[in-house]
Amino acid sequence: MTRKTVLNDTHRALGARMVDFGGWDMPLNYGSQIEEHHAVRRDAGMFDVSHMTVVDLAGPRTREFLRFLFANDVGKLKKPGKALYSCMLNEQGGVIDDLIVYFIDESHFRTVVNASTREKDLAWINRHAGHFGVSVRERSDLAMIAVQGPQARTKAASVLPVEAAGAALKLGKFVALPGEELFIARTGYTGEDGFEIIVPETAAVDLWNKLLAAGVTPAGLGARDTLRLEAGMNLYGQDMDETITPWEAGLGWTVALDEERDFIGRAALQAQRDGGVGRAMVGIVMDEKGVLRHGQAVLTDHGQGEILSGTFSPTLGKAIAFARVPAGEPGSVRVDIRGREVPVRVVKVPFVREGQAVSA
Amino acid sequence: MKEIPGDLNFLKSHEWVRVEDNGTATVGISDHAQGLLGDLVYVELPNVGDTAQAGTAAAVVESVKAASDVYSPVSGEIVAVNESLSDRPETINEDAYGDGWIFVVKLSDRAELEELLDADAYAELIENEDD
Repeated sequence: MTRKTVLNDTHRALGARMVDFGGWDMPLNYGSQIEEHHAVRRDAGMFDVSHMTVVDLAGPRTREFLRFLFANDVGKLKKPGKALYSCMLNEQGGVIDDLIVYFIDESHFRTVVNASTREKDLAWINRHAGHFGVSVRERSDLAMIAVQGPQARTKAASVLPVEAAGAALKLGKFVALPGEELFIARTGYTGEDGFEIIVPETAAVDLWNKLLAAGVTPAGLGARDTLRLEAGMNLYGQDMDETITPWEAGLGWTVALDEERDFIGRAALQAQRDGGVGRAMVGIVMDEKGVLRHGQAVLTDHGQGEILSGTFSPTLGKAIAFARVPAGEPGSVRVDIRGREVPVRVVKVPFVREGQAVSA
Repeated sequence: MKEIPGDLNFLKSHEWVRVEDNGTATVGISDHAQGLLGDLVYVELPNVGDTAQAGTAAAVVESVKAASDVYSPVSGEIVAVNESLSDRPETINEDAYGDGWIFVVKLSDRAELEELLDADAYAELIENEDD
């Protein structure tokens, strides 16, 4: 059965083209996904991300539990509200999911995991939580709206209660203002500044309409995908999965191996690093016309790889992609597009930072 | 949804063809198809002089979302291509039945036109698709 967020009717009333996304009926665009993309880069856009899975974890040993469960170290979270991006790994070091975890207080943490991985994530978390006496509660009673763009914080603050707005504008990057009725985090998935706002489902339509009235442009999954790829952010299922380790997915920076902390997957990650990682994820830009797509073959001096996430970048006006290729200096790289070998450039990601091209 | 011009014929795969007074046939994709694809960012045109075969791919349109073959509804030599789409592929989004035409074929077998859907049949097809 297809699931719907509380904003489903609102999207349809705005003329959204709807699409099935991981079992959810979600807006792909409201007309032009490129215009929505530019609205986020230049002004402010909003996304319904209520399909994502919010999980609250509680108990005196929650921090200890999460330090064992996640590859990044929740021990880094010192200040209440602070957020951390991490992978959750299996014993083989494969990525079960990527997520954000917020430190609320010593016995309460909140994590937001992907929609498409909901069932297996909850099963995995629950399987291990018992040993630490941690309670796991999925918050399907909550809705989430991401407001992103250079004007996002100002526009969002204009519709929030005065006190919350003042506090939200003072938030540092990757920090949240926790609250049951209003949870405001300065996080996102676009490479732009902004907030992710979590409210009870009953308050979501009102918040959306106020943001709309404040001049925030509704944006769909199409724009969300081009924005996150320009920003050099991975998409679970496309760029990594349970057969891929963080080393092979450009996520080595999220793995904290620097101290004596045991976590699920650590032994496998260390062994792979010591033995040499055979594959790497790289960013690719194509200067010729055309679009890079998932699954296209990538030819390098060391053998063949493949395009993971690939799209047309509205900011750069050309195709960009992540590719997984054999490790080592790739040399001259080509992509096979319908039987034609098209030269491409390997670049550092992000492709776009704060609205500006960095790898054009 | 834009009105479908009555002088067009269609393939089920959403290509249209218009027979011009001089016996050539102009080909494009339907307004419905451009809506499904979303913002177009690239069009791979055939070459003038190529031979189009009815029901086989003659061009490719790519949106941000997907690449899609454009099947020629009719056979014959390609006598013109819409070069302006190279710089402005979004013309197809804006005017699928007009300025967004893709190529022109010199008809080699007019009987092929009988196999195509007329505007009413095509309208019915996409209406049922939306259900």
